[in-house]
Amino acid sequence: MSDLEEFRRETRDWLEANCPPSRRRLRDGEVAPAWGTPELYEEVERWKKLICDKGWSAPSWPREYAGGGLSTAEARVLAQEMARLGCVPPVGGFGIHLLGPVLLEFGNEDQKRRFLPDIVHGRVNWCQGYSEPGAGSDLAALQTRAELDGDEYVINGQKIWTTSAHLADWIFCLVRTDPEAAKHDGISFILFDMKSPGVSVSPIQLISGASDFCQVFFDNVRAKAENLVGEKNGGWTIAKRLLQHERSGLSGMMGGGASGSKPPKSGKRQVPTFRGMADAAEPYLGRDEHGRLADARLRDEIVQLEMDGICFGLTMKRSSEAAKAGQGPGHTVSMAKYYASESNKRRQELMVSIMGNRSLGWEGEGFDPAELDQARSWLRSKGNSIEGGTSEIQLNVIAKRVLGLPD
Amino acid sequence: MPLVPTEEQEMLRQTAREFVTEHTPVKHLRALRDSKDPVGYSTEIWKRMGELGWTGITLPEEYGGSGLGYAELGIILEECGRTLTPEPLLASVVLAAEALALGGSEDQKRELLPRVCSAEQTLALAFQESGRFHPYRTATTATSTNDGYRISGSKQFVLNGHMADHLIVVARTSGAEFDRSGLSLFLVDPGSAGVEVTRLSMVDSRNSARVVLSGAEVPAANLLGAVGDGATILDPLFDRATAAVCAEMLGSASEAFERTVEYLKTREQFGCRIGSFQALKHRAALMFCELELSRSIVADVLSAIDEQREELPTLVCTAKARLSDTAALVSREAIQMHGGIGMTDEEEIGFFLKRARTAELFLGDARYHRDRFAALQGF
Repeated sequence: MSDLEEFRRETRDWLEANCPPSRRRLRDGEVAPAWGTPELYEEVERWKKLICDKGWSAPSWPREYAGGGLSTAEARVLAQEMARLGCVPPVGGFGIHLLGPVLLEFGNEDQKRRFLPDIVHGRVNWCQGYSEPGAGSDLAALQTRAELDGDEYVINGQKIWTTSAHLADWIFCLVRTDPEAAKHDGISFILFDMKSPGVSVSPIQLISGASDFCQVFFDNVRAKAENLVGEKNGGWTIAKRLLQHERSGLSGMMGGGASGSKPPKSGKRQVPTFRGMADAAEPYLGRDEHGRLADARLRDEIVQLEMDGICFGLTMKRSSEAAKAGQGPGHTVSMAKYYASESNKRRQELMVSIMGNRSLGWEGEGFDPAELDQARSWLRSKGNSIEGGTSEIQLNVIAKRVLGLPD
Repeated sequence: MPLVPTEEQEMLRQTAREFVTEHTPVKHLRALRDSKDPVGYSTEIWKRMGELGWTGITLPEEYGGSGLGYAELGIILEECGRTLTPEPLLASVVLAAEALALGGSEDQKRELLPRVCSAEQTLALAFQESGRFHPYRTATTATSTNDGYRISGSKQFVLNGHMADHLIVVARTSGAEFDRSGLSLFLVDPGSAGVEVTRLSMVDSRNSARVVLSGAEVPAANLLGAVGDGATILDPLFDRATAAVCAEMLGSASEAFERTVEYLKTREQFGCRIGSFQALKHRAALMFCELELSRSIVADVLSAIDEQREELPTLVCTAKARLSDTAALVSREAIQMHGGIGMTDEEEIGFFLKRARTAELFLGDARYHRDRFAALQGF
C-alpha cells in the first residue's frame, strides 16, 4: 500500500471513530441530538477541538502555524474522506478561506505566528472591510483613510456590505495610506480589533428582510502598524489575491449538478434522475389527463433549468479535471460565478411563477414556512448577480482575459 | 469517464483538423455548390477518409471498422463541423450503417458493412416523412407478398439519398401513423423498380433527397431485425445519431464564434476596434459561456454511449436542446456582428448559419427534446 493509501485508511478510520453523529451523515438507525440541546453543543465543541488539534481545519497550512501540514494530495484525500462520511467542517469563515492563505503568502513571520493558530482553532471571527458606498465594482476607488501616528495608523471612513461584522472579533481592511498616489498604488491591507474604540456597526436590512450584511464606521480608530500586511501601499495586490480565493470558493460551492440528481450509493450504480423541480412544482400545477405536468410552458421552463444544471455541473467537473491534468482552462471562475448566479435567479423566478401568490407571502399566517422562504429566496437572489463581482464585471473579465477583446 | 480528452484523442483531433483544413475547407463546400456538383461531395476525399478509418470509425473491427467509440467519432465530426465538411459521415456511417450494425442479421452485416468501412459504398436511412421530426411518424406501408414485401410511400430529406448504393427504408407493417410499434426496416436497392429518387437542394448545400416508393418489391431477406419491431433499432439509433450531430454542431458553432471574435478584434469603426464596445464584449462573453456548457454536455453524452449508461436518452435530449440553442445563438450573433458583410454570400459566415439551422432541426429541435426530457423523467 502506498503512503497515500495508508494515509487514506488512517484518515477514514480516525473520522469514523471520532466524528460525532450530529457532525456527519447519520447511519441507519442513528439519531443525533436535537437542536439547542446541551448534547448537541457538546458534540459541536468536541468535534471542533478534535479537528483543530490535528490542524485539519486548515489541512495544508504548515504545522508551525497549527495547520495540518498535509500535502496537496493528502489534503484532497482528507476532503474526499470527509465528504464520504458527510462530515461538517467545524471551522469555516473568512479566516480560514480568505485571510489565512493571504497571510501565508504575504504576512511576515510575526504576523503568521500571532494570527494563524487562532484562525485554525476557530477562536477568532473575522470580517472583510472592502466595499464602500463609493467603491463597489470600482473597489480601488476606496477612500477609508489610514494615517501613521507613531506606531499606529489612525483610520477614518466606512465600509459597507461587511458580512457578519456584528459578530466579528477582528477585521482585515483595505485602507488608503497614500492619497497622492495613483488609485491602485496608495492602498494598504491592515488588520485590527473590531472592539477598538471608534468602531461602530449597523446591520443592513435587505429587500428580503434581515441579513448578515453591515455598515461599519471608523472614527479615529487606532490600528497597530505591525498589523499592516505586506508592503505599505502594496495592498492592492493582496486584495486581488484574496478576491481570487473568494471567487473560487464561491464557484466551488456552486459545483453541484441538476436539482434532482442523486449521487450514486456504493454498489450498483444508481441511475441519476432530474425531477427535483418537477416534483416541487407538482402540488401547485397538478397533472393533466396524460399524466404530464399541467401547463406545458412552465414545464418547458423547468426542463430548461434542469438541463442548464446538468450542463453547468458537467462544466465544473470538466474544469476541475482539466486543472488536475495541468490544462487549466483559466477564468472558469468568472464563468461559473456568472452562470450560477443568473441560473439561480431564473430558478427563483420560475418557482414564483409555479407557486403563484402562494410564494408572495411576507410573514405570518396563511403560508407554509417553505412558501415564506420562497418569497425571501426570490428577493435575495437578486443580489447574487451583484455580490462577489457583478455579472457585468464577470462578462468584462471573460471578454478581456479569455477572449482577448480590446479595451 | 473523463470529460477531458486523452492524449490519443488529442492526437486524433490534430490529425482530423489538419485533414479538414487542407482537404475540406469551407471553399470546398462552396465549390461543390456553385458547380452544382452532381455528387455533392468529393469521392476522392471520401476514399481518403476511408483510408484514415473514418468511414468505419465506430463499426466493429470484424467488418472492417475501427471499433472505436463515440468519443472518437465525436472528435472527427467536430473537426468536420468546423469546416462544414459535406462528405456523408453522419448520413452513411452514423445514421444508416449503425442501423445495420444494431439490427442487421449476420449475413446482412457481412455483406454490406465492409463496403461501407472501406468507403467503397455508402448507405442512406429513409425515415422522415414530414417537416418536423417525429421518430415514428410513418405512413409508408410495407405489405407482405409471397416472397417479401411491397413498399409504398414517400420519404423526405433522406440524407445522402441520391448517392447511396443502398437505402434503408422505414415502413409500417402494422399500426397507425404515429405508433411506435409496427415499424419495419428494409434494405432497398435505389435502382429497382418503383423507387424514384429526386435530389433536393437544401440551404446548407448538403445532400438530401426525396424517395418515392410505388409498390417497390423487396425480398424477405432484406428485412432488418424483427417485423414490426423497428423501433428497437430506431430508438438507440436516433440517440446515437443525435449525439453525433451535436458533436458536429459544437465544431461549427465554435468555428463561427472564433471567426466572429476575430472580426471584433480587427474591424474598425469610429476610430476603434468594434470589439472594444462593451455591448459586443458582453454578448461575446455570453456566447463563450454557452459554448463551454455545450462542450461539456457533448463530451458527456458521447461517453454515456460508450459506457452504455442507462440515462443516455435524457442526456441526448439535454445535448440536442443545448446545442440547438447554442448554434442558433452563435450563428445569429455571428451574422449580426459581421454587419453588412455577414449578409454577403462572398463571406463564409453565412454558410454557418445555414448549416446550424438545418442541424438544429435534424432529429428534433430544442422544443422537441425538452418535451421528450420531461416525458422520460416522468413529467
